[in-house]
Amino acid sequence: MTTTAEHAEHTGHEAHDEHAEHGMSTAGYVKVAMILAALTALEVATYFVDFGPFFMPVLLVLMCVKFFIVVSYFMHLKFDNKIFSFMFYAGLFLAIGVYAAFLATFKFFSA
Amino acid sequence: MADAAVHHADHGHHTSTGLSNNKLGMWLFLGSECLLFGGLISTYMIYRGRVGEGPRPGNVFDIPFTSVSSFVLLMSSLTMVLAVAAAQKRDDRGTTLWLTVTGLLGATFVGGQVYEFTAMYNEGLGFTTSLFGSAFYTLTGFHGVHVTVGVIMLLSLVGIIKRSRVPGDKAEVVELVGLYWHFVDVVWIIIFTLVYLIPT
Amino acid sequence: MAIIERPVPVGVPDIPAPATPTRTFGALRRPVATTGWKSWVFTVDHKKLGIMYGAVAMFFFIVGGIEAVLIRLQLAAPNGKVLSADVYNQMFTMHATTMVFLFVMPMAAAFANYFVPLQIGARDVAFPRINAFGFWTLVGGGIIVNLSWFFGGAADGGWFMYAPNSGPVFSPSNGVDFWALGLQITGIASLTGAVNLIVTVLNMRAPGMSLMKMPVFTWLQLVVQFLLLFAIPVITVALFLLSFQRSFGATFFDVSAGADPLLWQHLFWIFGHPEVYILVLPSFGIISEVLPVFSKKPLFGYPFVVFSGAAIGFVGWGVWAHHMFASGLGPVSVAVFSIATMAIAVPTGVKIVNWTMTIWGGKLNFTAAMHFAIGLVVLFTIGGLSGVTHAVAPSDTQQTDTYYIVAHFHYVLFGGAIFGLFAGFYYWWPKMFGKQLNERLGKANFWLMVIGMNMTFGPMHMIGLQGQPRRMYVWTEARAGEGFFNLAFWNRVASIGSLVLSIGVLLFLINVVKTARSKQVAPLDPWDARTLEWMTTSPPKEHNFDAIPTVHHLDEFFHRKYAQDPVTHEIKQVATAEDIMRDQEANADKHIHMPSPSYWPIILAGGLPVIALGVIYAIPVAIVGAAIVVLAMYGWSLEPSTAPDTDFDPPASGDGTKELAPLG
Repeated sequence: MTTTAEHAEHTGHEAHDEHAEHGMSTAGYVKVAMILAALTALEVATYFVDFGPFFMPVLLVLMCVKFFIVVSYFMHLKFDNKIFSFMFYAGLFLAIGVYAAFLATFKFFSA
Repeated sequence: MADAAVHHADHGHHTSTGLSNNKLGMWLFLGSECLLFGGLISTYMIYRGRVGEGPRPGNVFDIPFTSVSSFVLLMSSLTMVLAVAAAQKRDDRGTTLWLTVTGLLGATFVGGQVYEFTAMYNEGLGFTTSLFGSAFYTLTGFHGVHVTVGVIMLLSLVGIIKRSRVPGDKAEVVELVGLYWHFVDVVWIIIFTLVYLIPT
Repeated sequence: MAIIERPVPVGVPDIPAPATPTRTFGALRRPVATTGWKSWVFTVDHKKLGIMYGAVAMFFFIVGGIEAVLIRLQLAAPNGKVLSADVYNQMFTMHATTMVFLFVMPMAAAFANYFVPLQIGARDVAFPRINAFGFWTLVGGGIIVNLSWFFGGAADGGWFMYAPNSGPVFSPSNGVDFWALGLQITGIASLTGAVNLIVTVLNMRAPGMSLMKMPVFTWLQLVVQFLLLFAIPVITVALFLLSFQRSFGATFFDVSAGADPLLWQHLFWIFGHPEVYILVLPSFGIISEVLPVFSKKPLFGYPFVVFSGAAIGFVGWGVWAHHMFASGLGPVSVAVFSIATMAIAVPTGVKIVNWTMTIWGGKLNFTAAMHFAIGLVVLFTIGGLSGVTHAVAPSDTQQTDTYYIVAHFHYVLFGGAIFGLFAGFYYWWPKMFGKQLNERLGKANFWLMVIGMNMTFGPMHMIGLQGQPRRMYVWTEARAGEGFFNLAFWNRVASIGSLVLSIGVLLFLINVVKTARSKQVAPLDPWDARTLEWMTTSPPKEHNFDAIPTVHHLDEFFHRKYAQDPVTHEIKQVATAEDIMRDQEANADKHIHMPSPSYWPIILAGGLPVIALGVIYAIPVAIVGAAIVVLAMYGWSLEPSTAPDTDFDPPASGDGTKELAPLG
């Protein structure tokens, strides 16, 4: 973060140009949405088709993939300054770590 | 366009990181929200099997219906990102159009949730029926309130843009509301899988 | 205070600019008062808000202190008759709640608000209106928490409010409802404050001030704000579950309905342990400023202090279950949390070493602030060591719920957090008010507090290990044990100690009044300080700095005053504080636009207690409160945070007000 702080010479206008650059084209967004829709369809399919032992892992992986697609592309974290990613992922991974430990003390995962 | 709270005339408008105060603040808030929803989800996880005399999760969930409303919310993220893109191109008509569509999709989701809650209540799952009921309604209710707040923000923003009364950078305001909206959507991605699709 | 502080020629006093504000939200004109109560109530100035935070916190310190003295009077003699069992329960619950949430946290927020922007060379915080909102929200929350005294009795389940004590069976009054909703509201204040200060520290630093050139106080406040940012939502969840249980019939913590009471304990302590560091790290920051100044040496191992602070912040998330060793977590959990707890002693120990090495070989100047800082190092070390004994699970099982625990956390919180805050009072008073607190009274204040605190909490180690349980409202001669130094003796000592302590605090208040009446003005740089907040007038002007300084060094102010002789390597004074100030004034920034006062923060904050009262008594009232909140949000979002140029007389030059923040 220190390095970013030292490159702090962006004026308001440069910051705005950066705005316009990052992100994707409309077609790109639609494509991402289609992928998300397909993944959702796959998720819902687990309800109708028996995936056997893969049921749980498939669902969890799909969930994570969808989550990170929305966060990276729609919320622009992939294109934006890394500080934003740090802010969000600090909260996210802290939450995952703390609550996983919390559920573990309830023997949630072994039940 | 970033920093506007205090102006140092001699130094232009830059911030130490070159990033917007508002956007940084919004991301911090979303990071904090992760721990809020994490707590609610964990509570649900511990209590989902404690149904007492009441119905079990599998008996009250209507997966096809919820799948449709999940899909609606997911697609509202697409329309939201299109609104942000339009705002960055300074296209007011496109911005208000996509914001309105997003708001309506969100409202559809909330309407679906109201319908779902009513149906569940009629099947015997009230807020106080069982721990499962309390935890379920608390978690999904919190999410529903977030969506409702989002819908209000989206539609208010449409009105404010139409009257040209946005204080500050219009594109940034749309982007901030967008970040909140997408976050509400990703929380639902998690809830949909962990609560609805994975049975006890 | 003018909406806009115009740079004025040197020597000419600031003249408030009359303004005709445009209507905001079609209804209210902006407040423009520059004097009187309106200039305080509607202010967004971080310095005024800091002072108001301090005043409110001090009020609650006195309230919490009276509660503590009543507890000790009840326990001064066998079969105490001062308080009934029921009122005693309320008293210790509210004592802890008040001290933690309404004194130490707001007082740390007072210092953060006042000094973080000054230390990083900023003109205000990133979101001045959110800052004002946070303060008024805290006031509303504090009122709600304490209102319960007058409406059927206060909360009585202990500050951690374990189930089933928090349930309607064991706590039938509305006390716990007030408590839960009040803390929910103060939580909003902390959360908004956290977002605000993090953005401020990251984004508003003076040119050249990289993160590793920031003063340690600002650094540790940054860590604290991250802790708040992530810990507050956890208690929010817990408090919501509790409110839903009490108000809407849910059974989250009701064992008879199949619930697990440990759910509350986990959620509470996931918040509660980071909270401990939230309480103490600001004081660590304060003494890390005070010790170098009065030792005439730079802080020993600045990066170690910073990184150990960050490490405490991080590891602090993995130790919460050590509060629950006696609850039957199972051997694996106990072992893991036990080791993590021992590990967190390491970064804390690093800090103690750094402070000691800072003093070592320094030219010590024993001012009152220095007394309190050294007092912190010693007393916190004692509390830290008894803390390590809790990390050892078998020993902790013996200590749980005894006075030993009470002794431990009063050494770290009183000896740690509060001594640091007092060091801050004496060190920064001249900066905040332009007058120095009386040093002789200050030292008397210190010694009475040290003696009083050791008399009060020291014996608790012994009576705790002998088995006196905490939260018992009465002891009897028959169970006090034999010999002269029995439980009865030590309880009396502790009660006398609490009176000594109170006199110490009273001396501080006398000192404040005496100083306020005195006409003696403090010199510009009374302590020969090192950091940027001293590079401006005392008290600072509304815009803080005439010219925003460019920073080249850690301890920038020191480096402007002193330079090393290239030949003899001796450090020599090259400029006085007055020289530096003159230089600042000569190069003052031309157009300074300060954020404008606003009605919306206090209106928005005012809606929240109304909602809380509505939830407890009548839902329609809550709807009225919600309507106030929604209306204020609209007003807020439509009002630019800095008034438009045309509002000023004569109209402002126009550079800088075109782009306005929606949130600020």
